Amino acid sequence: MSDCLLPTMCTIADRRQDTADVFTLSIDPPDGDFPFEPGQFNMLYIPGVGDSAISISGRPAEADKLVHTIRAVGDVTRLLGIRETQERIGVRGPFGTGWPMSLAAGRNVVIVAGGIGLAPLRPVIYAIADSRDDYGDVTLLYGARTPRDVLYLDELLEWKRAGVIDLAVTVDAAGSDWSGDVGVVTNLVGRIRSDPAATVAMLCGPEIMMRSTARALLDIGVHETNIAVSMERNMKCATAFCGHCQIGPYFVCKDGPVFSYPEIAPYWHAREF
Amino acid sequence: MKQFLDLLAEHAFFQDLPRSDLEFIATCGRNVAFKAGTQIAREGDPADAFYVIRKGRAAIEMYAPGRGALRVQTVGEGDVLGWSWLIPPHRWVFDVRALQDVRAIALDGRCLRGKCDENHEVGYLLMRRFAQLLTRRLEATRIQLLDLYSDKVV
Repeated sequence: MSDCLLPTMCTIADRRQDTADVFTLSIDPPDGDFPFEPGQFNMLYIPGVGDSAISISGRPAEADKLVHTIRAVGDVTRLLGIRETQERIGVRGPFGTGWPMSLAAGRNVVIVAGGIGLAPLRPVIYAIADSRDDYGDVTLLYGARTPRDVLYLDELLEWKRAGVIDLAVTVDAAGSDWSGDVGVVTNLVGRIRSDPAATVAMLCGPEIMMRSTARALLDIGVHETNIAVSMERNMKCATAFCGHCQIGPYFVCKDGPVFSYPEIAPYWHAREF
Repeated sequence: MKQFLDLLAEHAFFQDLPRSDLEFIATCGRNVAFKAGTQIAREGDPADAFYVIRKGRAAIEMYAPGRGALRVQTVGEGDVLGWSWLIPPHRWVFDVRALQDVRAIALDGRCLRGKCDENHEVGYLLMRRFAQLLTRRLEATRIQLLDLYSDKVV
């Protein structure tokens, strides 16, 4: 798109309710094609209300579809949640840095996601599935609130069945009908079977979860430069003008949202920007 | 077939322990197996062992009248199950049920406490490992309590 501050109105082609408060919109790209890197985000705009930074959750190889998985938590996202197919919303983007796919090529990959944090990582799995031989062992460790909140379950099971990923899912709370794991996603780090020294890790979820997981990964021997995290801040302009998303010397919208661990770790405990 | 001592040495909890210390500890151990659905421990019962899990998954639960078994956490391959053998009054605080077929090494608590009293160096190494385990579990529980994935947390 030519003007990065000017939204382009696009048509919602498809809408799917994933869980009680998470839905996926498939949008027709403005120019019929919308190339992006896994990890990048768009600003989705409801005229008269505002816009919200939403990660792209679709398949990079399918640039004719613009897919976003959204959790209804604020004014904009709640209104996006009641938009129907054929309605139009504004789109600006793509913005930000992507996951380190070239660093991951030829190495093992560990993907650790918490809650809606799986959405920005789904394009990574699509990209790996499309070039599976380019990567070593690929492990997805995924934590959700309850079994009902697990995203993309059918797709995850299909990727596991096809040998694209090893999969471990844990939930914070479950009834006795759940035969899977219960506990925080950090508990699953011990399940990683690949050589940590030859592993690239990609983390996305609540910041506390990422800090805890990063420590666990460092403990088992993953090198800090091989850990990437996706940061979430209050992004407004998405072009590093407004400063709302500043953390230390970085603007998350432009310098991130994906950072390497050594870049972001010094600022993780900063109480102010 | 692997020797019992090798199985113990391979487990994450005992990794890097000197062979002589492992041999000392191993005299308190035995291989055990639980079919899926088996009750491994019951709240209030004497905690006369702890388990290093080699295969399978077990659920740590508490029973609440009218609500049934409430699942607190699951443990699996590479995990250690139980520390009540170490801390008086040596009774299980939770129920434990095998969710899958579980293969584990059971270490007799009374025997191990005696060994630790007899050889303080081994006792200290073992206490350090359990302190690390307890710290990790406490941190995990605190994070779990934060309910990070709820819509109350941005």
